[in-house]
Amino acid sequence: MSETLVQKIISRHLGGKAVKPGDVVMLPCDVVLGNDASTNGAIRVLHEMGVDRLPDPSKVVTVADHFAPAKDVISATLLKQMQDWAQEQGVAFYGQGRGGIEHTVLIEEGWVVPGSVIAGGDSHTCTYGALGAFGTGVGLTDLACCMATGMFWQTVPDTIRVVFSGTRRPFVRGKDLILAVLAQTGVAGATGSVLEFTGSAVVDLSIDDRMAVSNMAVEAGAETGFFPADGVTAEYLQSRANRAWSAEASDSDATFARELHIDLNTLSPQLAWPHLPGNVTAASEADTKKVDQVYIGNCANGTITDLRDAAAMMRGRQVANGTRMIVVPASRRVYKQALEEGLLQVFVEAGAVVSAPTCGACFGGHNGVMAAGERVVATTNRNFRGRMGSPEAEVFLANASVAAAAAVAGRIIDPRELESAA
Amino acid sequence: MIVTAVVVPGDNVDTDVLYPGKYINILDPMQARLHLFEGLDPSLRDKLRGSTALFVGENFGSGSSREQPASAMVASGVRCLIGRSFARIFGRNAVNCGLPAFVNPTAVDAVLDGAEVDVDLRTGVVRIGERDFESAPMQSVPKEILAAGGLVKWVRTRSTSPRS
Repeated sequence: MSETLVQKIISRHLGGKAVKPGDVVMLPCDVVLGNDASTNGAIRVLHEMGVDRLPDPSKVVTVADHFAPAKDVISATLLKQMQDWAQEQGVAFYGQGRGGIEHTVLIEEGWVVPGSVIAGGDSHTCTYGALGAFGTGVGLTDLACCMATGMFWQTVPDTIRVVFSGTRRPFVRGKDLILAVLAQTGVAGATGSVLEFTGSAVVDLSIDDRMAVSNMAVEAGAETGFFPADGVTAEYLQSRANRAWSAEASDSDATFARELHIDLNTLSPQLAWPHLPGNVTAASEADTKKVDQVYIGNCANGTITDLRDAAAMMRGRQVANGTRMIVVPASRRVYKQALEEGLLQVFVEAGAVVSAPTCGACFGGHNGVMAAGERVVATTNRNFRGRMGSPEAEVFLANASVAAAAAVAGRIIDPRELESAA
Repeated sequence: MIVTAVVVPGDNVDTDVLYPGKYINILDPMQARLHLFEGLDPSLRDKLRGSTALFVGENFGSGSSREQPASAMVASGVRCLIGRSFARIFGRNAVNCGLPAFVNPTAVDAVLDGAEVDVDLRTGVVRIGERDFESAPMQSVPKEILAAGGLVKWVRTRSTSPRS
């Protein structure tokens, strides 16, 4: 039987029933995630569904991140309501100071293991593909359905295989790999599909780099984007997985809808221009644009790897006059690690602000939103019009080295240029 | 049913322009609808009087999982969407809210903003003037959910739905 990895995962969750792309199934989930934006909506829907107590609270996780720390009274009320509800239902809750941004937290805390199905009330639930999980985003009614019945409706996707080959060049990270993919697929090219990331270069990608890649699968329209589990996955999970798992991969004779090839030998740092994540060029092609703010953070690119890259660029340098820089460690663990390594000191000495973990300005919520006419270079995942504040602001997406180099130079430059000037 | 066509121009109309992120802490669709289309063209809201159908481009609703774009449309009297294509999560949210999202590019090509059109909400056949435009067939489960009036009602009517 020749099956893709996603077929195997779905089939196993249906008790072994064979599935093919296009079938619609009720897919049981192993973990259900909600944040302060989606959980509270789901609580309303659960009432409408007539469900007062969750049948299986042990698989539900809630995280305070979108408007945490509370930005206003409405948000504070929602955060409180979620916390009270989580306690009443007996579901896991990561509150302010304990967790951080949902996807980073669930991965760090061992909720995500290869082959699992995770439905989350957030579109970037696809980040769990970094560990070979079928993580996918759903709206709040779906989220309530998952909490009430343990299942959601899902069309079995076909698979687009992405083959990464060659060796990464300096200042190239997972972010650049996925931006290169988006340059090929555009923002809808993977609709109805999953992206499966393979190839000889994958073994060189840490889980942090893989998170950056999987995180933006949804930006190609995909259901999710995953890396089949390997030795890197096993090592990462050794001390943190909260349940057993086994590695799976697509069969060698499985049928793929399409195959993309990215040669890392020729890939330079990339940049997504306003207002689509698929508007991608080499970062070096934008070297005259003045930058008002640099934002380092979010559910995939506020990792310790990103903070180390940014600090390496900032050490002994200053944020340019007329430019602001915000560093948002994605979780308590990342924050603590950065503190211990002295990275936060580097940022503060350079004139950057270090914030509490939050989704913050990534989605235009609070904590560093942009004014009309301003330009931001962000390590985030969306640059839609108005995404980070004013519809008249411009958002450029890049890796942490490119973003930090922009903070120092006050304009977008290739980080190799800054290094050679030093 | 006879509805007024409201054309939303452009492709890749994303959830951030449909409903900006700063308002995702508003959960009541009647309140949320006051911010629908805010990042795109707020005047589109004024066209949502009576029963309407939105005619939209490629990859409509891309981006966030926020459900307010779909639920605010329902609260504004939008009865269905006719589009070239829909982004994954938006398409799900629409169905879950009981709002049919039909893939029908030729109808999008043919329609004029403000026209009265006849849409069969069950089959997706769109009558514009004297011509019928068939939508792409909808899959079984979303069809059932729409027939039930949305996911909440569908869950309630299923025998497997838990009761506490």
